[in-house]
Amino acid sequence: METLSDRKVKELKIKAKNIRISIVEMLTEAGSGHTAGALGMADIFALLYFHTLKHDPKNPLMPSRDRLILSNGHICPVLYATMAEAGYFPKEELLTLRKFDSRLQGHPDRNFMPWLETSSGPLGSGLSQAVGMAISEKIYGGIKNIYAVLSDGEHDEGNTWEAIMLAGKEKLANLIVIVDRNYIQISGNTERVMPLGDLKQKYKNFGWNVFEVNGHDFWEVNNAIYLAHRNKFSPSVIIANTIPSRGVKEWENDYHWHGKAPTKEEAEKAIEELKTGH
Amino acid sequence: MLNQKLKLNTKIFNHDVEKISTRQGFGEGLLQLGVENENVVVLSADLAESTKANLFAEKFPDRYIEVGVAEQNLASVASGIASMGRIPFITSYGIFNPGRNWEQIRTTICYNDQPVKIIGSHAGLSVGQDGGSHQMLEDIALTRSIPNIVVISPCDSYEAEKATMACAETKDPTYIRLARNNTPIITTVDTPFEIGKAQLVFIPETGLAQVGIIATGPILYNAIMAAHELEKRGIKVKVLNLSTIKPLDTDAVIALAREARAIVTAEDHQIAGGMGSAVAECLSQNYIVPIEFVGVNDKFGQSGTPKELEKHYEIDIQSIISKVEKVIKRKIAK
Repeated sequence: METLSDRKVKELKIKAKNIRISIVEMLTEAGSGHTAGALGMADIFALLYFHTLKHDPKNPLMPSRDRLILSNGHICPVLYATMAEAGYFPKEELLTLRKFDSRLQGHPDRNFMPWLETSSGPLGSGLSQAVGMAISEKIYGGIKNIYAVLSDGEHDEGNTWEAIMLAGKEKLANLIVIVDRNYIQISGNTERVMPLGDLKQKYKNFGWNVFEVNGHDFWEVNNAIYLAHRNKFSPSVIIANTIPSRGVKEWENDYHWHGKAPTKEEAEKAIEELKTGH
Repeated sequence: MLNQKLKLNTKIFNHDVEKISTRQGFGEGLLQLGVENENVVVLSADLAESTKANLFAEKFPDRYIEVGVAEQNLASVASGIASMGRIPFITSYGIFNPGRNWEQIRTTICYNDQPVKIIGSHAGLSVGQDGGSHQMLEDIALTRSIPNIVVISPCDSYEAEKATMACAETKDPTYIRLARNNTPIITTVDTPFEIGKAQLVFIPETGLAQVGIIATGPILYNAIMAAHELEKRGIKVKVLNLSTIKPLDTDAVIALAREARAIVTAEDHQIAGGMGSAVAECLSQNYIVPIEFVGVNDKFGQSGTPKELEKHYEIDIQSIISKVEKVIKRKIAK
């Protein structure tokens, strides 16, 4: 959580670029899956796994590890690509995504990869599980940090708000939520499908400590996480404004990329751009 | 006659048989668990008094979480707590838990295989006056279709207490089905209990049974009363208390079918997908005999006293006797 050096940010940018290339490759090989959210969250996942989280790829179930719950399980290509980049499993395995008997199931699945904190996919229940983990730490005097990544779209689910209310009530200061505010969901713009409006204010009203950042700016996100940890009185949410499909200009901000995979031709072009761009 | 190897309540045939609710037994068991197992955490969705979780809450406030009227959160928060090595009990009415939060139970608890103990109180028609919207008649079907889960429907307060204590010792997601009203005490403190083991509570004085009744939950009392009456008429009956519906004690069910060659199942639940369906799934594959089902036949309930409702929806003692007579006729016709 210490301040990021220029050199560290350079390193994170390379990691994020590798993660994006892996995402495009694995989705193309799979022929289906969710592209936009995965690409949009590559910078944040690089920061989490290569700077923020206490974890050990060689000992994935280390009891004292921080917990990260990915609630919007459909963006799992970014999780898998980041874990491979961190050394949890060989990068070649990424190409088994969504295939029979693969550890990389279409949505994260603990039955196939036991060191995932939860199986997820059905939206709206990930924050509750993170809240449960934070409550357990609070009751039993633990010091682990609990992180949850949520999509903006899954704030349509009542279950998400039930969890937001409970975290505020229980003052779960060991809980940090990152919301991928990319303004798209599967059938369109979030504000058209179901307007979420001022998410910042909504969280504030439920007793949360709220930050809004540019989700592609490593310093801004890191700083928010640092400040969130300093607050000992309430749960924190970091609303990260991201660009869906970030890194491939033609796909950016286009909701059609929420739930589809690139063709081989599209992928070749995109990988070329990722290698040379940003 | 009662199978006294099980040390059952000898006063069961008295008119003034003692009555205590299964939810009360759960509350007592939970309180004991609070003392014995510091990993037990209890969550309530604004119904602590009704579910008797309040007994635990008063004694162990630090391990008690009130989530408000939010059953979906109740289930998935408990999954998170369990993943940290704890044993959460989630308590509400059966209609909401597992009714309202079925997908959260399926995905966050059972798919993740977390040892959350799901307590659904006020199940069955026996809720009575609250009416059809609150009479949970589909919970056995909902839960037993989920992989990894254990489903228990205790017959009385003592069995509910023992089931509560026993399930905290296992790593399995578990559903315990409870009822609101005071119902007859069938077992005693000394009656053995084991998850997954069905017990013959009523047996013929001599000889083989002509019919086997398999019952689950407090309606087991009706089955015993029916057997008692049939015994007077010279019909030999065995009654099996199937308190664990999943995993099914197939050995006990098949053995009863082999002996009696005719089965009646009885439950305060829809016939579709319930305990009787589980028995039929087992016997149709292992030992085919005629089966009659006592249960609610594709209808919703309504307000009324438990007695009135039992009669109207045909799950009372007389209905069980009628189904026994019918299944014996089918057996002979065969």
